Amino acid sequence: MFAFIVKRVVQSIFVMIVIAFIGFCIKHQIGDPVRDIVGISVSAEEREALREELGLNDPFMIQFGRFLKNAAQGDLGLSYFFKKPALEVILAKAPATIELVLVSSLFIIIFSIPAGIFAAIRPRHWFSRFMMGTSIVGVSIPVFLTAILLIFVFSVELNWLPSYGRGETVNIGGWQTGFLTIDGLIHLILPGIALSSIMLPLFIRLIRSEMMEVLETDYIKYAWAKGLKPGRIWLLHAFKNTLLPVITVGGVQLGIMIAYTILTETVFQWQGMGFMFLEAVERSDTSLLVAYMVFVGVLFVVVNTVVDIIYGLVNPMVRITGRK
Amino acid sequence: MGRLLEVDNLEIKFALRFGDLTAINGVSFTLDKGERLGLVGESGAGKSVTGFAIINLISKPGYISGGRILFQGRDLTKMSYEGVRQIRGDRISMIFQDPMMTLNPVLTVGTQMIETLLAHRNMTVRDAEAVSIEKLKKVQISSPEQRLKQYPHEFSGGMRQRIVIAIALLTGPELIIADEPTTALDVTIQAEIMDLLLGLCESENMGLILITHDLAVVSQVTEKIAVMYAGKIVESGPTERIINDPLHPYTRGLINALPEVAEPGTRLNQIPGMMPTLTSIPKGCSFHPRCDYRLDVCETEDPEFIYLENNKRRVSCHYWKNK
Ligand SMILES: Nc1ncnc2c1ncn2[C@@H]1O[C@H](COP(=O)(O)OP(=O)(O)OP(=O)(O)O)[C@@H](O)[C@H]1O
Ligand SMILES: [Mg+2]
Repeated sequence: MFAFIVKRVVQSIFVMIVIAFIGFCIKHQIGDPVRDIVGISVSAEEREALREELGLNDPFMIQFGRFLKNAAQGDLGLSYFFKKPALEVILAKAPATIELVLVSSLFIIIFSIPAGIFAAIRPRHWFSRFMMGTSIVGVSIPVFLTAILLIFVFSVELNWLPSYGRGETVNIGGWQTGFLTIDGLIHLILPGIALSSIMLPLFIRLIRSEMMEVLETDYIKYAWAKGLKPGRIWLLHAFKNTLLPVITVGGVQLGIMIAYTILTETVFQWQGMGFMFLEAVERSDTSLLVAYMVFVGVLFVVVNTVVDIIYGLVNPMVRITGRK
Repeated sequence: MGRLLEVDNLEIKFALRFGDLTAINGVSFTLDKGERLGLVGESGAGKSVTGFAIINLISKPGYISGGRILFQGRDLTKMSYEGVRQIRGDRISMIFQDPMMTLNPVLTVGTQMIETLLAHRNMTVRDAEAVSIEKLKKVQISSPEQRLKQYPHEFSGGMRQRIVIAIALLTGPELIIADEPTTALDVTIQAEIMDLLLGLCESENMGLILITHDLAVVSQVTEKIAVMYAGKIVESGPTERIINDPLHPYTRGLINALPEVAEPGTRLNQIPGMMPTLTSIPKGCSFHPRCDYRLDVCETEDPEFIYLENNKRRVSCHYWKNK
């Protein structure tokens, strides 16, 4: 287990350096820190002096080294629009996004597991066929369309659920949470469903197909031959083996969901990182964009590491040998 | 000696898209308490399907389409699901071919043993653990207490098959069905496992159905043999009689193909040709295209059983009928 963690950390650091490098290239090519600091009404000579002072005329790799050093200390540059450190801006927006992703993940886990298991053990049942049919439709409707449809039905027509914003939030040690108020929770429902709308059908299909494969194996046939009760065979013997590939894919999909938050947050006016990202694009706030990229990269790596550790806990083979 | 199992005119079909295929066609045999039967035949003869049918566990789309399976006088084909479940793994245990695939890779050996007991007995986990340890000792696994906490991948193939045998012993069954229990193992370990199984069957007075295509093993372990060909039993009787004086041309072919029988330095005497697939079973005697003793009637008429030697033997062959 220890060797396994060390290996993961080394891998993560490598991934982070690559992400930082890409981010830095973008910043180097299209960003202009001088504009960020002084605006456009300053003469060319003064700009040049400032460039020299900021080290912007240094060789590329030296600048990259400086960028890495600063980033490692949590300094991701200044946001041109907010006139604040980019990381500070992001950290203020992150809770909204993280809570949204958590709620969506929860929806996915709660619904895909029973649905996937049912579809695997009763593939000919009308409900399984119905789910397989609708899941194809679900996967192919874009997230923003789902979001707009949800708003139209549940907010505009039925007037049951709010259509935008986070509602009432509570500040706990700098973390604005919507989990602690009824209003906050109600506001999470529609965006949560919209964000899970692509992954949920994907997961149902994934769990179904993996589980059907497991159900064909000798060890499941043997479990029947031992006279075990069906519930134990399906939920313990088969599902635990199904989990392994599902976790692997699931980790990656969770990361992809962060990308979908940009669409969801924009439609629901959700004040999170995704919403901020689109605003930053409109304002050409390069530092903030790069900071977002690096931050999401870190998040991605952390999530994947956690997923790998869970995988190791489920799969006895990993614990002993430290390999995947 | 009481009758343990009676398979009577068993018929099994596979429901395929283009219609039902008959895989087992009128198979009958009996087993007394503590008796050992070898079910032999080439690949595809229907040995495994017959074995699994006894505990009503034929893989989809197969189903029992006729006949009876009386276990201790009760017909398993007419029993409720729960009734059969209570017999599986309790009164009848199975041993599968490949021990590397039989145990669940993500559950400890202890879990897989204890759950078997708990599925059939009203007992505490602690008691189930004690029984498991006792049975692991019986199959000569050292330090069984620690072994219970380990996962299958921490054991060699031979060790895993010992564990599977220990699981089979847990509930003290009347019958063990072993489907090629040693074919997946190293040659050196095969004999060890076979000896262990035979010893346990004798000491615990358990019946055994040994499915294999290895006549040499069968001759050492079992008291009776049933030879299967293309979904039917073509000859059956006491092991010693069948090995020493085979009647059916197919049985003769199998015995001549044994390495011990061939002259040293000569090629093995393979039976020419292949067993027909389910879709191409020939008319008349299914073996006639490969048979050296073929008569005209073999091509048109399915042979009936001839009973010999005080009804202890039977063979279905026109050649012997006309003798
Ligand atoms: N799931 C299935 N669907 C269709 N046909 C099947 C299925 N399982 C088995 N059969 C057919 O049933 C026949 C008997 O198969 P079985 O597995 O009993 O053979 P066997 O005698 O055990 O052979 P082997 O020595 O290879 O294990 C074969 O012809 C096989 O093609
Ligand atoms: Mg077989």
